Amino acid sequence: MNLAGTINTRTLPLLVTSALFALLFGFGSVSYDNFFSVQVFLNLLIDNAFVTVVAIGMTFVILTGGIDLSVGSIVALTTMVTAALVEQHHWSIWAVVPLVLTMGALFGLLMGSLIHYFRMQPFIVTLGGMFLARGLCYVISIDSIAITDPTYAAVSEYRIAFGEEAFLSVSAIIALLTLALAIFLAQYTRFGRTVYAIGGNERSALLMGLPVGRTKMLVYTLSGFCSALGGVLVTFYMLSGYGLHALGLEMDAIAAAVIGGTLLTGGVGYVAGSLVGVMILGVIQSLIAFDGSLSSWWTRIAIGVLLCSFCLMQRLLERGGTNLGFLFSYWKKPEEQADAVK
Amino acid sequence: MAAEPVLVMQDICKSFPGVTALKDAQLRLFPGEVHAVMGQNGAGKSTLIKVLTGVETPDSGEILLNGRAIQPESVDAAQKLGISTVFQEVNLCPNLSVAENIFIGRFPMRGLAIDWKTIEREAQAALAALNIHVDVTRTLSEFPVAIQQMVAIARALSTEAQVLILDEPTSSLDEDEVERLFDALRELKRKNIAILFVTHFLDQTYAISDRITVLRNGEFVGEYPASELSRLELINAMVGREIDEAGYAAQDGESTSPHAERPFVSVQGLGASGRIHPIDLDIYRGQVLGLGGLLGSGRTETARLLFGIDRAESGTIAIDGAPVRLNSPRKAVRQGIAFCPEDRKTEGIVADLSIRENIILALQARRGIFRYLPRRVQSAMADQFIKQLGIRTPDAEKPIGQLSGGNQQKALLARWLATEPKMLILDEPTRGIDIAAKLEIMDLVKAQCRKGLAILFISSEMSEVLRVSDRIAVLRDRRKVGEIDGKAADEQSVFRMIAGAEA
Repeated sequence: MNLAGTINTRTLPLLVTSALFALLFGFGSVSYDNFFSVQVFLNLLIDNAFVTVVAIGMTFVILTGGIDLSVGSIVALTTMVTAALVEQHHWSIWAVVPLVLTMGALFGLLMGSLIHYFRMQPFIVTLGGMFLARGLCYVISIDSIAITDPTYAAVSEYRIAFGEEAFLSVSAIIALLTLALAIFLAQYTRFGRTVYAIGGNERSALLMGLPVGRTKMLVYTLSGFCSALGGVLVTFYMLSGYGLHALGLEMDAIAAAVIGGTLLTGGVGYVAGSLVGVMILGVIQSLIAFDGSLSSWWTRIAIGVLLCSFCLMQRLLERGGTNLGFLFSYWKKPEEQADAVK
Repeated sequence: MAAEPVLVMQDICKSFPGVTALKDAQLRLFPGEVHAVMGQNGAGKSTLIKVLTGVETPDSGEILLNGRAIQPESVDAAQKLGISTVFQEVNLCPNLSVAENIFIGRFPMRGLAIDWKTIEREAQAALAALNIHVDVTRTLSEFPVAIQQMVAIARALSTEAQVLILDEPTSSLDEDEVERLFDALRELKRKNIAILFVTHFLDQTYAISDRITVLRNGEFVGEYPASELSRLELINAMVGREIDEAGYAAQDGESTSPHAERPFVSVQGLGASGRIHPIDLDIYRGQVLGLGGLLGSGRTETARLLFGIDRAESGTIAIDGAPVRLNSPRKAVRQGIAFCPEDRKTEGIVADLSIRENIILALQARRGIFRYLPRRVQSAMADQFIKQLGIRTPDAEKPIGQLSGGNQQKALLARWLATEPKMLILDEPTRGIDIAAKLEIMDLVKAQCRKGLAILFISSEMSEVLRVSDRIAVLRDRRKVGEIDGKAADEQSVFRMIAGAEA
């Protein structure tokens, strides 16, 4: 495939996002000492590992044209259950992690079933899921539970070195592996392509004989699983379970997906874009931290502006795309067009 | 006929509650032939296709494929039997690539992964067989509708189809694109595929079909070789020569002479590709101009262009001699034009609101929310219209959804009359209402016209057009073919004009 063919209205948002990331990172490198280093870059991955994983699940949901508002709450619930089981019941990490992952997936499956079988709005169903999961956290405990289990601390502090000065955490590796799997799932499996087809035109997808209902349920299951995995990564990061963890994470995940080029109406976008989206959110935070004089709330302002301008860009591209279509006259030869004018 | 039919439908009957959609319908499809099914609205064409593709189950009758009885239960099942369908709207996913659209649902796999290389190669080949050469990795939405249509056909054929059903594939194509599609169909004929082609366009029917089956009111009228059936015979077979109800067809004597010498609206060369060829129309105050033509001849399209719903690509509109640009319904309304749309249920009434509110709607919208019509004025107005138009209802506060179709239509008429328009476009005002109500509506139209209103009247019932119109512009295949005086004309003279010189 040639380069010109690769750059089209579908891939352009992703390219713009990547360029913007490079620009922001470059800006930081010029403005602040010590900003330009491999480790600052890797720290973005480490600090945002859980957001990345959650955003990946969210991307699949948005690609079908749905939305999942429950992800932040499932993350919190996962940290709570993990902390309670590890600390109060002294379960092994190897038993707890599979359990909470299954729990997250089942939670997603439940919401997906409601959405599919009862034709309920994803917004409402997952809003309900959000309240439910957040509420369940406080049933376990109102306070934060610190995790002091030695195995847990060891996994949390383990660093994989790259060269002399750069390293990655276990969480970041898990996030990157999840991303690789998700890209494969989206681009090279029937499930992934059905997800795109549903987002493109659900009625057509049905008429083409695709398993629409099953895929929709699976997408929410996947998102629930990714949220639970994100929750596990949060426990590695924070070493605690708390009902107030990951407040508003669902919005960050949606923002990352949209900035990464995924259309909220579904059908268009790339999983990899969501990683870039997360990284952009991360680099803005780093810039503000390096500056030191700005309130951290400036992150929100920057994200707000970015989000709106990205939606605007996509809309303009969409419009431009239809105009571009006229430039490529696929079968009207020049002389035929001249005839048409007469 | 050279061969045995590949598919035979015998004595197919299908009723829905209250309607007999098909009664003893017959159809034979031969390999390597294009077979057109013709009929007016409600003739049963779509039901026939639905039965054949497994969307509906027939009440009685047989479908034989290669001599074997079949009972397809879904589109999917029909496809597995070798009956593929391309529906009117392209049922593909615009966000996926061309190749993917052809193969999704039956991707070849290589291990765990989809084998994209094979898909692209085979998609390219499948389209090449239809004489289409495009980059199959591009997104479907980048291509014009005609290519999308071809992609849908390629998808339908990639399952070893013996029978290909095309349900109005040309309704959104322009001429070049239609020609392109026909080339592909001729290619398929050579491959001995039986093609069922449904269209409203007479020219296209004759350009591509080998055989024509005509349905009317759900009944089988006849099967004819296309070369032996003249256009006029075809039209007569489609509309039938039924005797109209008493007084239904007759013009009611007195003519309405135009109140002004100068036309209120004068349209020159108004056209848009894929909708209507450039058309000239003059509409006078105090006159009804009827648009006559078969379904799909461009009647509604003309009205939509005139009202600014669709953008015209060529031509000018002059109102009272002054040129205007009507590129939005708002502008048309400001010029005093009102439009009663075809689909009463979705584009007309607001079912849950009362008759009063429905009548007042357009007027209030025009005044803006800051000049609220007092309730007293609203009620007086509604009552006046209810009396004037004879809307049968106990009072003006009844939800309009509870009225009969004819009374709903009258209320809609009242809505537009309340805005005191200078011109009224009526698109199928009599559809789906009983004959007495039809007569009443037509009389109301005439009465309004006598008060100096200019009216553009559209109906698929030719007898109605003849009854109310002072002049009739005759359309065929999205082209105006002539204009006749409403009083002098009868159905046959209009049909002869539609059939054109060949008849």
